[in-house]
Amino acid sequence: MSNHSLKNVDPADNVMFSHDLPKTPVDAEFLATQEGKIKVSMIALVGCWGCTLSFLDMDERIFTLLDKVTILRSSLTDIKRIPERCVVGFVEGGVASEENIETLEHYRENCDILISVGACAVWGGVPSMRNMLPLSECLDEAYIHSITAVPGVIPIIPNHPDLTKVTTKVYPCHEVVKMDYFIPGCPPDGDAIYKVLDDLVNGRPVDLPTSMNRYD
Amino acid sequence: MIQITIDGKNINARKGDNLVDVALANGVYIPTLCYMKGEPCLGTCRVCSVKVGGTVAAACTVPVSHGMEVVVNEPEITDMRKALVESLFAEGNHNCPSCEKSGRCDLQAVGYEVEMMVSRFEYRFTPRVRDYGSEKILLERDRCIFCQRCVEFVRDEETGKKIFSISRRGANSRIEINEELANKMTEEQVARAVDLCPVGTIVEKKIGFNDPIGKRKFDIKSIRDRALEGAMK
Ligand code: SF4
Ligand code: SF4
Ligand code: FES
Repeated sequence: MSNHSLKNVDPADNVMFSHDLPKTPVDAEFLATQEGKIKVSMIALVGCWGCTLSFLDMDERIFTLLDKVTILRSSLTDIKRIPERCVVGFVEGGVASEENIETLEHYRENCDILISVGACAVWGGVPSMRNMLPLSECLDEAYIHSITAVPGVIPIIPNHPDLTKVTTKVYPCHEVVKMDYFIPGCPPDGDAIYKVLDDLVNGRPVDLPTSMNRYD
Repeated sequence: MIQITIDGKNINARKGDNLVDVALANGVYIPTLCYMKGEPCLGTCRVCSVKVGGTVAAACTVPVSHGMEVVVNEPEITDMRKALVESLFAEGNHNCPSCEKSGRCDLQAVGYEVEMMVSRFEYRFTPRVRDYGSEKILLERDRCIFCQRCVEFVRDEETGKKIFSISRRGANSRIEINEELANKMTEEQVARAVDLCPVGTIVEKKIGFNDPIGKRKFDIKSIRDRALEGAMK
């Protein structure tokens, strides 16, 4: 049986993840210009991608940072894993599966500064609403007594080794690894993400003013 | 007239006035959740904690007296207030993005004022049962902070009986509503109860997210500015 943990994939299994697909080579001259810049990434765990969209909402202000920053894995690029150590890592979404734990731990090991972005990363958010129920009831509702169940089909709870195991509860990121900063909001505005990144890039202490802090 | 100091600044006040009001009148905002100006003090939330003569006290319970030395904004006590607010968030299930009170919620607004980004306490995710029983009010128990405002200040107009009460004790405390009396409440009384609940526990049925984001009470003006402005009137 193959073990599809991100950490221990046996090449003999002839398995290839999307992040291992051959990359389109990037122009060497361009790559050289990125040397020495602050490397920034953003990953998503269990969230709705709204925070990732807010990252994009930094809009053209991103260009003002690009002489100091290079963006690796993010919704702006199409890089599936962080290819090298980053200085700043933004995380959207909370932890709801074994795969999320591995991804987050890998990210922690490879980023100097980790930042929780949005309600799900900060406290579990909407996915954590299942924390009030036993997991068995959630699975039952989703698969056995689901209102969208196909009539006549025997309902089963999927249990294939290729599927990551869900955790009993949904956890905010800082309950799994150390997080350095928090940007609340559902999602936070691009302005808030920009402010924090701009502070970090310019060596100022991170300061998200009350006027930009929102929990919804 | 008496003299006190707040953060080292000399202030003239009337003996016996409430410390929260005296501070506000002198431009110093102390966050509050259970205190309502003009009503008897409840002293239930402790969010207004400051140092009085070196000892931590809930400012809304303190009548000022001559020579009193008050510390409001100094790192230790500021962090203590922040921790109190964080514990309220960790204890209830405060899912602001899905809460009808969001944008007009005192707890949320105070969270911003104490610069809370995350709770330092583990979120408890305690399951709580909502109460849909009464005709006009939905009781969303996840969010109750047991300030007792509704218990003390909302009463049946005819009999003066309490409509809201708290049952059980400690971590099992539960806000209750007397359906029969609640169904007799006038529209204005319901609106007042919704407004007086500092969180989204007392929710008016059939009225939802009526103000868009950006136009809500605390989007327009912060709780700090509102409090300071109120003191100037
Ligand atoms: S009551 Fe206030 S703090 Fe709690 S979820 Fe609603 S808006 Fe947020
Ligand atoms: S329902 Fe609202 S007003 Fe009543 S005790 Fe709870 S938080 Fe306070
Ligand atoms: S406002 Fe003073 S104890 Fe609640």
